[in-house]
Amino acid sequence: MDFVGFQQELAHAPATERHTHNRWEPYVDNGGTSLAIAGADYVIVASDARQSNGYNINSRYDPKAFRLSNDAILATAGYAADAKRLVEVLEQNAQMYYHKHDRVMKASAMAQMLSNTLYGRRFFPYYVFPILAGLDNEGKGALYCYDPVGNMERVVYRSFGSASALVQPFLDSVVGFKNQRGVDPTRLLERDQALKIAVDAFTGATERDIHTGDWLDIFIVDRNGVTHEKRELKHD
Amino acid sequence: MDSITLRLPHTVERPAEATNYEPTTRISQPTVTGTSVVAFKYKDGIMMATDCLASYGSMARFRDETRMTAVGKTTLLGMSGDTADFQHMKHTLNNLLTQEYDMDDGQNLGTRSIYKYISNIMYGRRTKIDPLWNSYVIGGIDNGEKVLGFVDYYGTTYQSPTIATGFGAHLAQPILRKYVEGHEDEITEEDAIRILDDCMRVLYYRDCRTFNKLRRAKVTAAGVEISEPYALETNWNIAEYVRGYGPF
Repeated sequence: MDFVGFQQELAHAPATERHTHNRWEPYVDNGGTSLAIAGADYVIVASDARQSNGYNINSRYDPKAFRLSNDAILATAGYAADAKRLVEVLEQNAQMYYHKHDRVMKASAMAQMLSNTLYGRRFFPYYVFPILAGLDNEGKGALYCYDPVGNMERVVYRSFGSASALVQPFLDSVVGFKNQRGVDPTRLLERDQALKIAVDAFTGATERDIHTGDWLDIFIVDRNGVTHEKRELKHD
Repeated sequence: MDSITLRLPHTVERPAEATNYEPTTRISQPTVTGTSVVAFKYKDGIMMATDCLASYGSMARFRDETRMTAVGKTTLLGMSGDTADFQHMKHTLNNLLTQEYDMDDGQNLGTRSIYKYISNIMYGRRTKIDPLWNSYVIGGIDNGEKVLGFVDYYGTTYQSPTIATGFGAHLAQPILRKYVEGHEDEITEEDAIRILDDCMRVLYYRDCRTFNKLRRAKVTAAGVEISEPYALETNWNIAEYVRGYGPF
């Protein structure tokens, strides 16, 4: 068949066939899970560090939660290459902001910038589900979560990634007190409770989700800055 | 006034009913390819192996190819995938090294820098939907630290004490994890060679795109060393007992 004929046939083919036929997919899902919980004067962010591709484990320690220069934490899930580039873009812009305005970028400003950055690639998205964690202007824990094209929401707790379908309902119950009588659903957790819940969520997720495990990065942001700890998850 | 349509001889006519074209994509498919790369950290640095075969589909086309190359003084690059794209990468890296040499500032490009450079090329090309059809393993010693990283045509990167590409990810990686994980600073060169040869032997038995002629390479504080080709001792005695892969 000549080229024009091929093109014509392609044009007449159903849309699905045109998409599946002869097109290289520029995305992969590298698995992994992130979660974050906001408190009255802190936020806690936890991400596992396994990077996988299908049934293969690429690396047991490839962090996907990043500490940015303004003491905000960006936790990611989805396509690792896009996530790493997104962090670089964000960090570069934060540095530019700092040198231009002689002021460290606030978490709220960065939250909007992240949304804009994602939407800037609306028609070739960064395949990343980010959670941005920091403190707001009153010093309260601030969490912003996004979809890959920049839709943004401020939340109190959120989980993204391969085990989010396991973790999010758990958080709904023990952090959001959803569907329970005699509780105040707006109550915020104490820091030690939140840490315990985050760790429990990941030990559970590691048991049931093959893409989650190996190591757990935990960041806690408060008025004194950022602390980081690395905990072991099951290596199976 | 009516417009005039010029019909040039080379013009591909766009069918009027075809309103919705896909964006331009430049997707090659690999032609001459190399199979697995196996690499890991050991006491003195990084150990890596590839065989000498470049296949054309299932044909063992070129049987004296080298799929590892030194980049600068302390970095080793191993490749699986399309050999032409590998040659393009080597050419690009050579330009980079020449530029750095011309600076004449006594600086040496570290393994991390070269790793980042290669990763950026690979991610950039995937973002143009014009990927280089390779997986690369980059090993070296940077500021006295062992570095071992991977990048593929998705721009996916990771570092790990053990890395294996292609079939090696299925067959060699479990062996490497068993022997190497947690012992990266203890394994002697002798043991490292034994582990490497074990991996390459399993690959030779089971991966049909391998060849019993391979090279071993290491990066130590002394620099990069790529061995001459050698063959592994194999044992096919059990082959006649293997049943169940066909009608008999």
